[in-house]
Amino acid sequence: MSKTNLTRRGVLQTGAVAGAGLALPTYLSAASHSGFTNAPGDSSVTLGFNVPQSGPYADEGADELRAYELAVEHLNGEGDGGMLPTFSSKALEGAGILGRKVEYVTGDTQTKSDAARASAKSMIEKDGAIMITGGSSSGVAVAVQALCQEAGVIFMAGLTHSNDTTGKDKKANGFRHFFNSYMSGAALAPILADNYGTDRKAYHLTADYNWGYTTEEAVRSSTEAMGWETVGQVLTPLTQTDFSSYITPVLQSDADVLVLNHYGGNMVNSLTNAVQFGLRDRVVNGKNFEIVVPLYSRLMARGAGANVKGIFGSTNWHWSLQDEGSKAFVKSFGTKYGFPPSQAAHTCYVQTLLYADAVQRAGSFAPCAVAEALEGFEFDGLGNGPTLYRAEDHQCFKDVLVVKGKENPTSEFDLLEIVEVTPVSQVTYAPDHPQFAGGSLGTCNNGA
Amino acid sequence: MFGLQKQDAKLLLIVIGLTMLAPFILNPFPESSGWAQFNAGYPDLMQRFVIFGIFAIGFNILFGLTGYLSFGHAAFLGIGSYAAMWMFKLFGMNVLPALGLSVVMSGLFAVLIGYVSLRRSGIYFSILTLAFAMMSYALAYSVLATDMDGPDKQGLLQKGLTGGETGLQLTLSDPRILGQQATDDGNLPVPSFFGLEMRSATELSVGDWVFTFSVGYYFSAVVMLIAFYLSIRIFRSPFGMMLRAIKSNQQRLNYTGLNPKPYTLAAFVISGMYAGLAGGLMASMDPLAGPERMFWTASGEVVLMTILGGAGTLIGPVLGAGAIKYMENILSKINSDILHTWFAFLPDGLEDFVVAIIYPFIGKGWHLTLGLIFMAVVIFLPGGIVEGGRRIGSMFKGRAKKTDAASGGKTVAPGQDPAE
Repeated sequence: MSKTNLTRRGVLQTGAVAGAGLALPTYLSAASHSGFTNAPGDSSVTLGFNVPQSGPYADEGADELRAYELAVEHLNGEGDGGMLPTFSSKALEGAGILGRKVEYVTGDTQTKSDAARASAKSMIEKDGAIMITGGSSSGVAVAVQALCQEAGVIFMAGLTHSNDTTGKDKKANGFRHFFNSYMSGAALAPILADNYGTDRKAYHLTADYNWGYTTEEAVRSSTEAMGWETVGQVLTPLTQTDFSSYITPVLQSDADVLVLNHYGGNMVNSLTNAVQFGLRDRVVNGKNFEIVVPLYSRLMARGAGANVKGIFGSTNWHWSLQDEGSKAFVKSFGTKYGFPPSQAAHTCYVQTLLYADAVQRAGSFAPCAVAEALEGFEFDGLGNGPTLYRAEDHQCFKDVLVVKGKENPTSEFDLLEIVEVTPVSQVTYAPDHPQFAGGSLGTCNNGA
Repeated sequence: MFGLQKQDAKLLLIVIGLTMLAPFILNPFPESSGWAQFNAGYPDLMQRFVIFGIFAIGFNILFGLTGYLSFGHAAFLGIGSYAAMWMFKLFGMNVLPALGLSVVMSGLFAVLIGYVSLRRSGIYFSILTLAFAMMSYALAYSVLATDMDGPDKQGLLQKGLTGGETGLQLTLSDPRILGQQATDDGNLPVPSFFGLEMRSATELSVGDWVFTFSVGYYFSAVVMLIAFYLSIRIFRSPFGMMLRAIKSNQQRLNYTGLNPKPYTLAAFVISGMYAGLAGGLMASMDPLAGPERMFWTASGEVVLMTILGGAGTLIGPVLGAGAIKYMENILSKINSDILHTWFAFLPDGLEDFVVAIIYPFIGKGWHLTLGLIFMAVVIFLPGGIVEGGRRIGSMFKGRAKKTDAASGGKTVAPGQDPAE
């Protein structure tokens, strides 16, 4: 039963205990030690690989993890060295990073911002990770990047294509090697004009989240600049699996191009639906109806099967590239796992090498020193030709591949063919471009 | 003491002791040993323990006492988080006003949702709350996430009220009229309690052990203790008695001329405010609010926590929250490489076999383990962990005890009359 009578003694006792409880944290907020967060010991250094192991992008995550394991092997001087010999910077010698053996911890982002941050936090607080990398979605990349900025560790983004990662939401401790929506639009537009003409009416189906918005914006502004007209734009929920109800209105409009701003399973389903509805056999305004997929990946092409034949899109990297770096990477990945790497694997592998190299050149693990070594860094031999890590927004600038679904694939991995390698000059933009404006890097944070 | 019965006071003191000494208790293994994998004494996880403890305590006030199973409680968690974030964005980084607004906002939403949902009971009530929660999720995910400033302006509502999939984050351009916009070195300020930064922590090395004392954890722990104390008072009050009466037989209550509606609504609002407080604390520990925390799986999680620990008991929900969060954060991080190092002493073939057997239950398969444990608890221990503890206790004492200090109350099996 309850006892509600207040006594003087009771109140005093309660007050004293509560006061002691409140005062306790004050005692414990002692001075933080000098240096930087998670300074590694003399023998080993821990990296945190935070990838989606469950959820819609689990396939990409698994491939990313393979690439990370390969990169760690190569950094520690095991295996065949992969891209280390072709990398233009020769600071890395296969003896770990600054003489310390590279170790790693893994976590599952579940492609959710909350889960990804929890996993990254435990890597930083529990496992002492000095750098966090990975992810296969822009929402996660932005959330984890912000966390790394606060905690004072470096974030090397994995697969993230939204403009915001190095635009509105850019951070001084975050770096992106992958290309972005703007670059996709700028690279695709001329190819689309050459193949489909400049007098087209486009209809956009866009995944209802951050990446979808920036991709639609980028593709629209590039195609409208060369004369296309946008006649419809519809947002589709990320969890949608059946797109029939979204395809029917396309049939009723006078659009003659459908742009699918979808990724992963979304794209596989929407493209399959579109083909089933006979969109590709249609003739509108005297022209053949066409479909465009701004961001392609091999894993998606495999999911969509024969439906991708002849469809244009862009990609960051493809294993069929014939430069020395790509060949070396495909060879060592293929030897270890028995199939060629995806673009997600490539960007994660390269990011790990770039981080290790920056630490080696800076001579320190301190995030600010590493950031300084990465800013404005020009390199080559990592599969994308000459590349610049721009200091203003921490975005890599390199050639972009325009690809098309292959008509006669020879294997389940040989699904895309490279149509054109768009030179870097064509996809470069000013740091204050309207699609990227609004954020600021802040200053680099070494943490405690 | 504290106006409590002796046994409840004892329970409260035990909980105070456990939470204050958590950094030691949760870090039993030395850093260099292979068992360090199982240490849970790092700030982020300890904060989660107490925050989800608050969430579950609040949920238990509704579910444990009145028997109304809300399947949409995560909505209040999310509302609390967003409210706290907007306080950080508009006014400053002190956590007190943020927590205040979290509780108020979630309370308001609870009045609204509760008023509608409580017109039905049983499964219909559950479905209604679920529908409201998913509606809130959809609103946060896309409707309220669209740019409200117009594409050419870079204002405060650039990403809408909720920030959509990326979540609501602090930016350097937020006004923060009562605090600083950015720290001296140009970074985002950190949530603090009158200057005491939630993120700061101090480490104590004793031999091979490293204990971390984080301000954020102790702040959350004190809030949880207050929440726990209030819940004891509610359980023992005439109001709590009334709620139990509603659970045991609402019809009989109607016939005696009592209207149960105001009582259930009050319980719903109180438990919604607890959830909002937990959400506000989450945002205070890690300033980001994402829509996923309103998803129905998050609502389901708190139901699991409460039942796993023991619905209707005082300490049960806290134990359940701890168990689930421990599995989520520790079990899920064990990958196959770590397993191989554990079983390296076995001959090769056997090692692979053992790893292949265990692997589906850990790492990303931790949900499977959770599911099995949950089934086992529901079938063999309907009263949850608390009942398990009591059975073990009585085994040692040789006879069943009438009351149990560790549970602070009788465990009530579903359908059983919970009268004292």
